[in-house]
Amino acid sequence: MSSLYQVLSPAGELVGDLKGQLDEATMIKMYENMVLARQFDRKSINLQRQGRMGTYAPFEGQEASQVGSAMALTPGDWLFPTYRDHAAAIVHGQSMARVFLYWMGHMEGSISPKHLNIMPPCVPIATQMVHAVGTAWASKLQNEKHVSIAYFGDGASSEGDFHEALNFAGVFQTPTIFFCQNNGFAISVPFSQQSSSKTIAQRSAAYDIPGVRIDGNDIFAVWLTMKEAMQRALDGKGPTLIEAVTFRYGAHTTADDPKKYRDQESLSEEWRQERDPLQRLRVYLENQGLWNETKEAELVARMNEQIDAALVEAESYPKSKPEDMFKHVYAEPSWMATEQESELVKPSKQEGIPA
Amino acid sequence: MKRKLTMIQAITEAMDQKLADDSRIMLLGEDIGVNGGVFRATEDLIHKYGPDRVVDTPLAEAGIIGAAIGLAMNGKIPVVEIQFLAFIYPGFEQIVSHAARMRYRTRGQYHVPMVIRTPYGAGIRGPELHSESVETFFAHVPGLKVVAPSTPYDAKGLLIAAMEDPDPVIFLEPTKLYRAFKQEVPEEMYRVPIGKAKVVQEGSDVSIFAWGAMLRVAEDAAKQIERENGLSCEVIDLRTLYPLDRDTIIASVKKTGRAVVVHEAHKTAGLGAEIISIINDEALIYMKAPVKRITGFDVPVPQFSIEDDYLPTAERVKDGILETATF
Ligand SMILES: Cc1ncc(C[n+]2csc(CCOP(=O)(O)OP(=O)(O)O)c2C)c(N)n1
Repeated sequence: MSSLYQVLSPAGELVGDLKGQLDEATMIKMYENMVLARQFDRKSINLQRQGRMGTYAPFEGQEASQVGSAMALTPGDWLFPTYRDHAAAIVHGQSMARVFLYWMGHMEGSISPKHLNIMPPCVPIATQMVHAVGTAWASKLQNEKHVSIAYFGDGASSEGDFHEALNFAGVFQTPTIFFCQNNGFAISVPFSQQSSSKTIAQRSAAYDIPGVRIDGNDIFAVWLTMKEAMQRALDGKGPTLIEAVTFRYGAHTTADDPKKYRDQESLSEEWRQERDPLQRLRVYLENQGLWNETKEAELVARMNEQIDAALVEAESYPKSKPEDMFKHVYAEPSWMATEQESELVKPSKQEGIPA
Repeated sequence: MKRKLTMIQAITEAMDQKLADDSRIMLLGEDIGVNGGVFRATEDLIHKYGPDRVVDTPLAEAGIIGAAIGLAMNGKIPVVEIQFLAFIYPGFEQIVSHAARMRYRTRGQYHVPMVIRTPYGAGIRGPELHSESVETFFAHVPGLKVVAPSTPYDAKGLLIAAMEDPDPVIFLEPTKLYRAFKQEVPEEMYRVPIGKAKVVQEGSDVSIFAWGAMLRVAEDAAKQIERENGLSCEVIDLRTLYPLDRDTIIASVKKTGRAVVVHEAHKTAGLGAEIISIINDEALIYMKAPVKRITGFDVPVPQFSIEDDYLPTAERVKDGILETATF
């Protein structure tokens, strides 16, 4: 861990410079958001188990990376999440009800609030990275002071799109932040088998863009690194590759069983004990006299209430109608699709049947 | 003797037996080794044959398929697993520009004996892009063979045939059928020939053509309509989508004079259109009614809340049959 940029140690002690940037209110907000994220994630897994939601991709353990990076953004920034980055999306302003809806199998779950640029969860690996280059490029050409951030995993760094995105961003000096959550596994394949390069951050050298490897469970390090990368981007100095080293305690998705390929219990337990992102910030806040049991209980209750309200909203959302699948395929539907739609809703024929 | 297997077990057995039989066979893919594949098609094979023959690759479809092309050109027979059909797109370039064309470009000097296996199709409540049925992309490209079994028996026999085929074969496995039912599957290695359809049920009034998961829908509809309306349906499992078994298609429609094609792929430019074309070319004067297509719609496969409405149902197929029968 020593080669990682770290500000807050796993024991909850400051080991780096806050550079006068982090006030107490922000720290508390960080903690609140991480607790919300964790509760949301656990609730989602439960809902999946109860059959109220489809397959779900959990992220517990990666809260500091997602929350810290998204908190550094400003509302006009473009966010490109994967299927695992719900916490980042929620922190940037996506409604929890929408996230629930998405995993309940509704396309409407991908809609983001109008004033925010939050993209739908990207399912094909690494393919969103090039889009983040494009939106950032447009921001630059249009003189808008916004960055684009693409989230991706360690496995994604093997895909061609990863390399094409970094190369384009370098050539056109786009204000793009490539934010990798290196959780050590792409489903069953450990990073050591994914790549022979020791780190993902070092790949930035090939494209001559800045690359940093940080402790992804240290929300201060995440946030400060993001702020720097954003400043560079907005100053016209181009993209940054951030490798946040973290871990996902649970399965790849609710359809996966990690016991087959990693020592599930002991690895998760070890990370939990030694590096949990919530725990370390909580200890720090407590030592500063900013946090205590009462505040904790009040916070968890408040967050659960918000989550429950979002769930009620999602579950009372009108059921999708079959015809909905024909909406938004084109600006103007083709005659083919229109005809097919009428076939779909036509009642089944009862007359004229030969016996 | 009377061993019954699921389709996924039959597929595993085909690979297991060919790995044992031919040292050139190699399996490559994401999570296929230690994890045994996301659907467990390669379960335990890494323990039996080692990591040089059952290879957990980096997450890179162009890399996997491109490297497999090279392996195939230089003495190996790679069997690639792509986790879901839609994730083949990053490797599409390698399939259409290279796997399909190597024999042609080198005037037969090199060829690419490889198999690309991938689950496809809807009905499993998968997330976005886990349910596509885009067989047309591959059937449209000269140089590829495209196979889609609908039973455990055929899956084993066709996969063995695919692994012995000198040309690249896209092997589409209907996800919905992986564990849907069991069937008697012989223990020994046997081949189901690529390019041959199967008459699943003989009939005299209407021919129904289907493949993959839609075969069961077609069979269901045929049974119901026979019972309810006394119509006798001939149900044909195409099994190979390129090259199509023209003779079986034509022989059937010459007998029945009516046809319905059922596929879950989008309607426009789907294989249904090609089958109708073949019928027009070869048997138009035998036809008593226009051929009906019952298909998925021209929309992206929807999220699972309305996924079932996208898929052809026995009800829709029955309507189609009646329409041709009462034309
Ligand atoms: C192009 C493509 N290939 C394969 C998959 C199947 N798949 C989904 S997630 C995943 C592993 C991704 O690992 P990583 O990029 O490290 O992200 P993580 O899930 O660990 O956050 C794979 C192989 C996919 N979604 N897209």
